[in-house]
Amino acid sequence: MISSTTTLQLKTRILTTVVVLTNVLGNSLLSRGMRSVGVLLSLSPLPYVQALFNPWVAVGVSLLIVWLLSHMALLSWADLSYVLPMTAVAYVLVAVVGRLFLHEQVSLVRWAGITLIMLGVILVGRTSPRTTLSQPAAEKDSRVEVKTALRSMSGSQHSEARP
Amino acid sequence: MRWILVAVIVLATTLGEVLQAIGMKRHGEIHDFRPDALGRVVSTLVRCRYILAAIAAMAVSFFAFMALLSITELSFAVPVTAASYIFETVLAKYLLKEHVGWKRWMGVLLVAGGVTLLSF
Repeated sequence: MISSTTTLQLKTRILTTVVVLTNVLGNSLLSRGMRSVGVLLSLSPLPYVQALFNPWVAVGVSLLIVWLLSHMALLSWADLSYVLPMTAVAYVLVAVVGRLFLHEQVSLVRWAGITLIMLGVILVGRTSPRTTLSQPAAEKDSRVEVKTALRSMSGSQHSEARP
Repeated sequence: MRWILVAVIVLATTLGEVLQAIGMKRHGEIHDFRPDALGRVVSTLVRCRYILAAIAAMAVSFFAFMALLSITELSFAVPVTAASYIFETVLAKYLLKEHVGWKRWMGVLLVAGGVTLLSF
């Protein structure tokens, strides 16, 4: 039987991937589209609506809607202070895609930036996705988490017998 | 002009994401990812005040971002929004009562620093 903690971790990893991919693709297509639409500085909504008829912008916006929904689903159980740094992988992906497919120059400073982001993501990835226990939907799972934590404290060398 | 847009984006993003987190925590964990179940989730969420306010803030941030993209490069527009990482983590700790230990603080600072370096 798979424990709730494992399910939570797996669910969190999968949804984080969806959030990152839709964000990068959506923003890239939007950026590509905005370059052909031209300068957009207006308080009237009309030019923005017109921009949506550009196919790049339209697909980009659709992907960003999927991004928003998956981001919200992720936040339904995971901490904001967990989701925020984890989804920063998107920046790394933008740079890597730029280097591989658009043959952009990635300077030494940028590589340093990418390294810092990855270190931060690894560090946050080692924390539990959820630290708040108050919400009712989390009650059952967090009890399991506490039990697992107690078990590992009392002797992690013992193999766990699961029903 | 670009810095006014940056300020609007940072404020609106911070507000939008924190409100989103509050609204979704109130809704509770989503377990079922089948289309009809997700449809029910969406119909519940559009009646949640926090989510509506969050979407309004995200829309402001989005249109300001679109405007910023039309006058600057993506490589400028994306990194400057890194400031919202710090604000959001502070609010996550004190408003959402999340446990932000040293790993998270270091992680967020590394990420924000890294994103800033990307703009050079």
